[in-house]
Amino acid sequence: MSQMQLEMRAGESADLVLRGATVLDPIAGIEAQHDVVIRDGRVAELAPPGGGSAGDVETIDATGLHALPAFFDPHVHLRTPGQEHKEDIETGSRSAAAGGYCGVLAMANTEPPVSTPADVEALREDARTAASVRIGFLATVTRGMEGEELTEMASLRDAGAAGFSDDGLPIRSARLLRRALQYQRLCGGTIALHEEDPELSGAGVMHEGPVSAALGLEGIPSISESTTIARDAAIAGYEGGRIHVQHLSAVESVEAVGAAKAAGVQITCEASPHHLCLTDEEVRSLDPHRFKMNPPLRSEADRQALIEGLRDGTIDCVATDHAPHAPEEKEVPFEQAAMGVTGLETAFAALHTELVLPGVLDLGLLVERMSAGAEPFDVERPSLIPGSEANIALCDLSAEWTVGEDGYESRSANSWCAGRKLTGRVLMTVAGGQVAYRLRSFSLGVAA
Amino acid sequence: MRHLLSIDDLSKAEIEAILDRAESFAEVGRRDIKKVPTLRGRTVVTLFYESSTRTSSSFELAAKRLSADLVSVKAAGSSVDKGESLKDTVATLSAYEPAAIVIRHPHAGAAQLVAGWADAAVVNAGDGKHEHPSQALLDVYTLRRRLGSLEGKRIWIVGDVLHSRVARSNLIAFQAMGAEVTVCGPPALIPRGLEQLGCEVSHSLDRLGEADVVYALRLQRERMQESFVPSIREYAAHFQIDSRRLGPRQLLMHPGPVNRGIELSGEVIDSPQSLIAEQVRSGLVVRMAILYELLAAGDAEPTPAAGNGARATPIGQPA
Repeated sequence: MSQMQLEMRAGESADLVLRGATVLDPIAGIEAQHDVVIRDGRVAELAPPGGGSAGDVETIDATGLHALPAFFDPHVHLRTPGQEHKEDIETGSRSAAAGGYCGVLAMANTEPPVSTPADVEALREDARTAASVRIGFLATVTRGMEGEELTEMASLRDAGAAGFSDDGLPIRSARLLRRALQYQRLCGGTIALHEEDPELSGAGVMHEGPVSAALGLEGIPSISESTTIARDAAIAGYEGGRIHVQHLSAVESVEAVGAAKAAGVQITCEASPHHLCLTDEEVRSLDPHRFKMNPPLRSEADRQALIEGLRDGTIDCVATDHAPHAPEEKEVPFEQAAMGVTGLETAFAALHTELVLPGVLDLGLLVERMSAGAEPFDVERPSLIPGSEANIALCDLSAEWTVGEDGYESRSANSWCAGRKLTGRVLMTVAGGQVAYRLRSFSLGVAA
Repeated sequence: MRHLLSIDDLSKAEIEAILDRAESFAEVGRRDIKKVPTLRGRTVVTLFYESSTRTSSSFELAAKRLSADLVSVKAAGSSVDKGESLKDTVATLSAYEPAAIVIRHPHAGAAQLVAGWADAAVVNAGDGKHEHPSQALLDVYTLRRRLGSLEGKRIWIVGDVLHSRVARSNLIAFQAMGAEVTVCGPPALIPRGLEQLGCEVSHSLDRLGEADVVYALRLQRERMQESFVPSIREYAAHFQIDSRRLGPRQLLMHPGPVNRGIELSGEVIDSPQSLIAEQVRSGLVVRMAILYELLAAGDAEPTPAAGNGARATPIGQPA
C-alpha cells in the first residue's frame, strides 16, 4: 500500500493539539474524548482530556467537536487540463479540503483526456505545487476516450496513474474492456467504470418514470446502468480482473453488484450523496443547476436501495462525482444543460443531515464509508491511531449553515445543495500532515 | 394570473374565467370592427424558436385585436442564428419593456426560465414535449361550446403521446374539467409511468366506442426510422381514426397539422363530427382571453383568481 502516486503541495507540517475532541475512528475502534496531539504532521498521542501537552504549539478547544479520519473521494472532476474556467487543481483541492477530504482521485475526461504518460506527469507536477489535499490522477482506458484502442496502461502506471477510467462514457466494446482487464494483470490499476448503455439511454436527460412522463423529458431507464454492470462484472469475473463501479443509481444496479460480489468477482462500487439524498421528484422544478446529472436522480425505491446497499456493504463507499460547470452551461433549458453537480464541500454535512440525524444511518458507518473509497485503488486509509500521518476532519455536528451563503471554495456554483440548510460542518481539515483548511469564521484557540 | 406556463397552475375556476372571457371576445369577432383598445400602448413580443402556423398567427392576431404593439421574432434569421443564448435574447427584447412575451421553444422549461429573467408576463406557447397550455385551453373551450360541460365525458387521446406536449397539457386540462381520459397508442409511444397522471392507458382501439370525444395526435414520419413503430402502414392499420372506427355520435379533434391518411382518414377530417376547423377559430379568441387575463384583468375588474396563478421560481435559486 503506497501513496506514491498521490501528490500534494509541500508545506509546513502541522503541530497542534485538539483539546477534548470526541475522536471517532470506526476502523480503529476508537470512540472517546481525547486531546489529539499532532506533532510534525503525525498523530503523536491520543491523551486523556486536558492531559495532552505539546509545548508551545497551537491548542484548539475542541470540546463538543468531532475529530474524524479525514475523507477520501475516489471520484472528482478537477477539469484540468482544458476547462480551468470550471475548476483547477488549486480550487478543486481547496473545495475538497473544505469538505473534510484529505485525498481525491481526479477523473481523466479532461480536454484533452489524460491518455499519455506525459499527461499524468504534468498533472502530478501541477499538484505538487497547487494541491492542498492529496490527488491521484486516473488515466483513460481507451486512447482519447474514443473507445477504440487501449492506452499504454503499463507506461501510464509507471508515470503514476492511480487507476484507469473513461468516466463520463461507458466502455461500449466488451472486447476492449476484456483486453484492458487482461492487461491489468501486467500493470495493475483498478478500472473504474461509468456503466451505461448508450443505446438504452438515447438522448435521455433524467430518470425514466412517472416524472419524466409528466414533464415530457426523455428518460434514461435504470436498465441502461444495470445491464452494463452485469455485463462488465461477468467479464471481470471471467478474466479475474478488478473493477470499481462508479455512481450507482438504481435498485437493479445494487442487485447486479450484490450478485457479482456473491459470485466472488473483484468488484467494488460507490454511491454519491445526491443519489442518496434526492429523487427524480426534484426534477419537477426543471432546475438543471442542482438536479441534472448522469446517472440521473431516480425514484424513492432506488434511493432506499442505495441506502440499504451502503448499510450492508454492497456499496463500499461514498463518492461525490464532483462535477463543476460554468453558469452559462446551466442557465439554459433542462435538456440543453450540462450534466453534473458539485459536491465536495457538502457531502458529509448533507449525509449527516439527511441520513444520520433522522436515524437512517449510523454516524460511525457514514464516517467509515466516507474514506472507504481509498481501498479499491490501494490507497492507505486515513487513521487516527497514534503514529499515523495526520489526516483529520474536525467537525461541529450541531453547526447549522445554509449552503452557498458564503460562496464556495470551488470555482463553480452548481451545488446540488445550494440553498439547503445543513446540520454539521467541517471546521478544519488536516490533510497529509498539513493544515489544509480552516473555516473562516472558526475562531482558533490560543497557544498553550 | 402572472404567467401562463403550465396548465397545471390553473384551477378549474381560473380555466373557466379564461373561457368566459373568450366567449365575450367571440362576440367582438362578430362586429364589423373586430378590435378593442384594451392593450393600447403596450407591447407584446412573440418569440418562436420552432416553426408554427396556428399558434404564432393566432397569438399575433390576438395581440393586434387587443390593440397591442407587436414584435414578432422568429429564431431563423435572428441573432439566435448567430449563437445568442436564450438569456441574452430575452435581455435584449426586455429593453423594449414588453408587457408580455409569448415563447415557443424546442426544450422543456424554456418559458419558465424566461419568466425568471424578464419582468413581462410570460406565455408558454409550447416548450419541448412538455406543455402547450393555450392549446389545452382552446380545446376545452371548443368542447365546452359543443357539449356544455366536460363533466363525466370520456375523452380518448390517440397516437404519439410520447412526443406530444398537447397530449400532456390536454390530459391535465380535460381531467381538471371533470372528464375521464384514456390515452391510446403503440406501447413505445406511451411514456412509461403516464398512468400516474390519473389516466387510463390502452394499446388498442377496441374500446374506442366508449369515447364521447376522440382526440387524435400527429404522427411524425421520422418516428418510423427510430423504430417507435415498424411502419407507417402498420401504425395506420392499428391506430388510424377512420369512418369505420369513429361512431356517428363521437366528436373528433386534432391539434393540427394533420397527416391525412396516417392518423386520420380523409373522410373523418371533413365529416360534420370533426371540430378541427372550430379549434382553429377558438384559438384566436382564447389567446385574446389569455393576453387579457394576464395584462388587463387586474386593472379593470380584479377577480379572486388574479395573482394566484403561475409563480415561477427563478431557476438556480432555492425554491
